[in-house]
Amino acid sequence: MLLTLENVSKHYTLGGVLVQALHEVSLTIDRGEFVAIMGPSGSGKSTFLQVASTLAVPTSGLIKLNDREVSSYNEIERAHLRNKSIGFVFQQFNLLPRTSALANVELPLVYAKVTANERTARDRTMLERVGLADRLQNTPAQLSGGQQQRVAIARALINDPDIIFADEPTGNLDTKSGDDIKQLLAQLHQEGRTIIMVTHEADVAKIAERLIVFRDGRILSNTKHPRGGTKKQVEK
Amino acid sequence: MDVFIVALRAIFVNKLRSFLTALGVIIGVASVVLLTSISNGLSVFITEQFNELGANTLIVFPGDVFGDGGGFSSEHSHAGLANSKLSQREVNNLQQLREHVSSVAPSGLQSDTIAVRNKKRKITVLGTSASYETAFNTKPTKGRFFLDSENNNGDKVVVLGFEIANQLFGKVDPVGKQVTIGNQNFRVSGVIEKKGGGFGGPSFDTYAYIPLETFTRVYDTTRIVRIVVKTKTTERLAEHMQAIRKELERSLKADEFSVVDQSEILGTINQILSVLTIGLGGIASISLVVGGIGIMNIMLVSVTERTREIGLRKALGATPNLILVQFLIEAAILSFFGGLLGVGIAFGGTLVLQAFIPAKVTIDAVLLAFGVSTLVGLVFGAAPARRAARLSPIEALRYE
Repeated sequence: MLLTLENVSKHYTLGGVLVQALHEVSLTIDRGEFVAIMGPSGSGKSTFLQVASTLAVPTSGLIKLNDREVSSYNEIERAHLRNKSIGFVFQQFNLLPRTSALANVELPLVYAKVTANERTARDRTMLERVGLADRLQNTPAQLSGGQQQRVAIARALINDPDIIFADEPTGNLDTKSGDDIKQLLAQLHQEGRTIIMVTHEADVAKIAERLIVFRDGRILSNTKHPRGGTKKQVEK
Repeated sequence: MDVFIVALRAIFVNKLRSFLTALGVIIGVASVVLLTSISNGLSVFITEQFNELGANTLIVFPGDVFGDGGGFSSEHSHAGLANSKLSQREVNNLQQLREHVSSVAPSGLQSDTIAVRNKKRKITVLGTSASYETAFNTKPTKGRFFLDSENNNGDKVVVLGFEIANQLFGKVDPVGKQVTIGNQNFRVSGVIEKKGGGFGGPSFDTYAYIPLETFTRVYDTTRIVRIVVKTKTTERLAEHMQAIRKELERSLKADEFSVVDQSEILGTINQILSVLTIGLGGIASISLVVGGIGIMNIMLVSVTERTREIGLRKALGATPNLILVQFLIEAAILSFFGGLLGVGIAFGGTLVLQAFIPAKVTIDAVLLAFGVSTLVGLVFGAAPARRAARLSPIEALRYE
């Protein structure tokens, strides 16, 4: 078990009203899995992503990553954990403006206190891997949406994380660029990466091998669909 | 190291904004350093002037100059200067104290005009004795100072200040030429070397020096505004001073004159200057505080603008402390470079000012200004940096 959630709930008040964003969710994800998370807005899928990636702290319940209980980590421990074990890909790319692709990719290495020389070598290799060998010095404004998302993926991979969390990675892209990113994610999965991806597009979810649907803060369905095979229910 | 690069990049991305933000600190530091350099220069200059007089110099002023409080009492000293009771009689009496006094140089002052052919200038005429030359170290560059005999006879001879000689005669040697002071003709006996000074008031270079006896006859007055007395020794200064007081009290009341030594005057002047420095420095440091508020304001804007960036950095593993340090360094760099520019401007300003007044930049002032400006950046950068450090990564990433 790479990631385990046991009875995880997340409550918060919004405008004086108590919102039960996540209600007693239990889930396990194995190393190497590619999981798609779907559900209507307000279903809790984004909250799940935030809590599972330690960006947010659950109100109750346990989260284990690599058999370590991370739900009780303090802010500094969580920062170190995200830096070393978790990669993020966002819908808005979230690259630093007016900063080169190289400098963007090396950001997690800066916080991991890797020396400048080693950083440059690793950034370069990573950008070559995502097909941007000739765009190293370009700033986000000089890159297309698809290229920006590739820089973001290179950044997510740079620290060799255990899990990559992708939040609507194709949501801001045209069909062509979206397909490219889908292909890149599928390729990463082939190479053995663990990916948890939130999306609302069914054909994007298809590249994953497992689909979890959220509704009203609970898991509605949890199905495995090996490529080309038939869907089957996953035992919890 | 990397946080420095990040901070520098953030500053250089908004060059104009960064400059305007630092401007408050630049002006603050420049004015603090400049003002202290002026008062420091004045203090050094005045001290030098007094040292030139020599430690065995006593000055007799009319009236009770130091008043009761110990400082210059303007009420008394003003009345003293206007109704001076000092006259040739006192000068003569002091000259008789051969055991205590080596020379006596009185000064009478009068505004008048001086003319050579069609050139006419307003000047200050100073009536004195031949001892003035040694007492005030006024060496003639051309000709000679007037003599005791010329003073005793009331001869119409004049020694010109450097500047006034230059204005009236240009390249022509004035020695032996005739000039008209008021409506009397005088013969020029010498020109005194350039003295400078004056601080916008009358400069010694525009003075004309005539014998006191002549002065008394021409202006029909016996008023003397000060008498400079050189004592026989410096070791027995107090004893000499006592003797001089006693001598003067034979013809004057105790509150009609004051005898002071130069350390008293220097002390008082330096006291005034240091109060002035603290006062002006205090006013100037208000602009430093205003500059700090400017930095705080722009740092708050910067934190808001870069909310998403902060969220991202936290998501990628930046601890709250790292974010805090990043913004603190940015504020400190802004104010440090502001301080650097301010000191540069103060140096330039001092060079310009040196043409008019003796100004001198001190290391103390520079270090203080630097320290204070960097401190201002850190103090006023603290609140925005704390705000940035406390942002929740989710809220920050969601910020539009």
